[in-house]
Amino acid sequence: MIARRHFLQAGLAVSALWGTGGVGNWSRLAAQQRLSQQDLLDFPTSGNVTLIHITDIHAQLKPIYFREPEYNVGVGDVVGKPPHVTGAAYRKLFGIETGSAMDYALTHDDFVALARAYGKMGGADRIATVVKAIRADRPEALLLDGGDTWQGSLTALRTEGRDMVETFKALGTDAMTSHWEFTLGIDRVREIVENELGYPFLGANIFDATWDEPAFDAYRMFERGGARIAVIGQAFPYLPIANPGYMFPDLSFGVRQDRMAEVVAEVRDAGADLVVLLSHNGFDVDRKLAQDVPGIDIILTGHTHDALPEPVLVGKTYLIASGSHGKFVSRLDIDIRDGELKALDHRLIPVFSDVIAPDPEMSALVDGLRAPYQAELSEVIGQTDSVLFRRGNLNGTWDDLICAALLEERDAEIALSPGFRWGASLLPGQDITREDVFNATAMSYPEAYRTEMTGETLKIILEDVGDNLFNPDPYYQQGGDMVRVGGMGYRIDITQPQGSRLHDMTVLSTGEPVDPARTYVVAGWASVNEGTEGPPIWDVVEAHIARLGTVSVAPNTAVRLIEN
Amino acid sequence: MKLTRRETIVLGFGTAITAMLPLAAGAAPEDKIKEFTGGAETVSEGLTLTAPEIAENGNTVPIEVSAPGAEAILVLAPGNPNPDVGTFRFGPLAGSQTASTRIRLAETQELVAIAKLSDGSFARATKEVKVTIGGCGG
Repeated sequence: MIARRHFLQAGLAVSALWGTGGVGNWSRLAAQQRLSQQDLLDFPTSGNVTLIHITDIHAQLKPIYFREPEYNVGVGDVVGKPPHVTGAAYRKLFGIETGSAMDYALTHDDFVALARAYGKMGGADRIATVVKAIRADRPEALLLDGGDTWQGSLTALRTEGRDMVETFKALGTDAMTSHWEFTLGIDRVREIVENELGYPFLGANIFDATWDEPAFDAYRMFERGGARIAVIGQAFPYLPIANPGYMFPDLSFGVRQDRMAEVVAEVRDAGADLVVLLSHNGFDVDRKLAQDVPGIDIILTGHTHDALPEPVLVGKTYLIASGSHGKFVSRLDIDIRDGELKALDHRLIPVFSDVIAPDPEMSALVDGLRAPYQAELSEVIGQTDSVLFRRGNLNGTWDDLICAALLEERDAEIALSPGFRWGASLLPGQDITREDVFNATAMSYPEAYRTEMTGETLKIILEDVGDNLFNPDPYYQQGGDMVRVGGMGYRIDITQPQGSRLHDMTVLSTGEPVDPARTYVVAGWASVNEGTEGPPIWDVVEAHIARLGTVSVAPNTAVRLIEN
Repeated sequence: MKLTRRETIVLGFGTAITAMLPLAAGAAPEDKIKEFTGGAETVSEGLTLTAPEIAENGNTVPIEVSAPGAEAILVLAPGNPNPDVGTFRFGPLAGSQTASTRIRLAETQELVAIAKLSDGSFARATKEVKVTIGGCGG
């Protein structure tokens, strides 16, 4: 049984470490003086096994800004439960001081001011320093990658994931699972897994669609600290639905809860002392899986990009949420004795790039991988007056900008942009480089289509996506956020069933209600349908930014949650 | 019904006859269930209906029904224009009472299966399968 003491100590350590500080009293220098690398990495080694978890880095090799969501609303049984807490509620729940470093890392409040004080986060070379420090304490520590690693940047797109594969090999990764990896196409995935990766690519729920047989290894057994540790992989369950299935036509996914129970039984029979699920299910799906499938000790969650400073205990299963984009590395020190988990110490390590020194070897590797693209990456397209961010259930300013580009550059009445949760943030006054545009758009089906849809079809699409996000049963959720709209407003009541959530759909240019019978010219991107035609979205966005010179994105008041 | 050589061999080994016997079209799902059960009560134990929570392709959704000791299992897709999927009948020598197939679903709906068990009682199982446009996860 876990000692409560461990949690208390962790909580106290965080409070003591970050101290108090009023917003606005911080300068970058003060932040640096207050925080040291040793503060961030000092962790009393305990137990006999250490796990390191990184997930959803979305190909971000360099430090970035990333604003956490203001709206991350839970439905059904998880209303108000982590990770569905934001801002002040989040600070209260975890005892985080307003304006502190952890407030900056974990909430959206005062993001711009705090970002200027505390600087960018992440970066493969800083992560390498963290990993090396942990392995200095525990040389055998297992590094587990939750996936969404090979997609999300210009260089990952150009190299078909090779830059990320090289980087994660150099970090000393022991196993991974997957989601966006498959959007490189099944042939490239097979090529990497068979010839380049050098560590297992796990997915208990990846099946051959024709023969209904497992298509990838379900788990790998590791011997560490005198214990047998089974690491089971679970890929994103809804790949062929949320992403283009034609890119991996013979594969079937799904939650496959019964299959997971079988694999857990199999690894227990094979002598596993500790069962770890390296998951890309999304947090709420994992919470339900932990309730319904006994025998999993730890779930390293992913996909929904949540970062939590403490584990969430579901029955006897610890759920760990390690954030995204390289902002955090989770460290778990585990005491395994007599075939069971006796105690667990956990730390969500924030990767403050101005505090943690870059690892020189990794810096050199990353710079070498980026060198062929450096001129392209650094080209300045324009500037922004506004903070550009992606996360939020209904909209983000990056997507408002993309929608504006689609409306204007593609001469459309209504724009649709997918509710992705990946994409770095920019601060007011920053240049927008080509790298920044690709950080928000780089993927393998970028065609910006232009088509006609009736008002009725638009309603059906929004209701469908709404149910994928707000269905009260997590197994029917796909993660992601609401499809973003331009040229249109609506209100949404997330407590209603599909077909009844959307209200007051309005054409913004006229103020008229969206007419179900009328046909509208609609522009969008990232269609999952094969044969979609149009220029790549980054060309559309770059043309728009270049034409404006400086972009300003006003707060979006056209899409709103109906508060109950 | 004409049996091929392969089906005859399968019969010889006592495996389930999984030939689909289409039901009379047009009747409402509840009427079909009454016709199958003779109006008897159904219990929730004894029958497993396995299907994906969200269909990857609504045109070919894999499903499996399993009811140890069952004589027959009726499968209905009430949200389809024709809800009748079929009835699996198991002979006395069947090694297991499990059948899997792929079905087409017109829209999101709750699939229904009813098993007639060897003691003459009936079991019922349902499973919600969502048919979605998809395309925005990530």
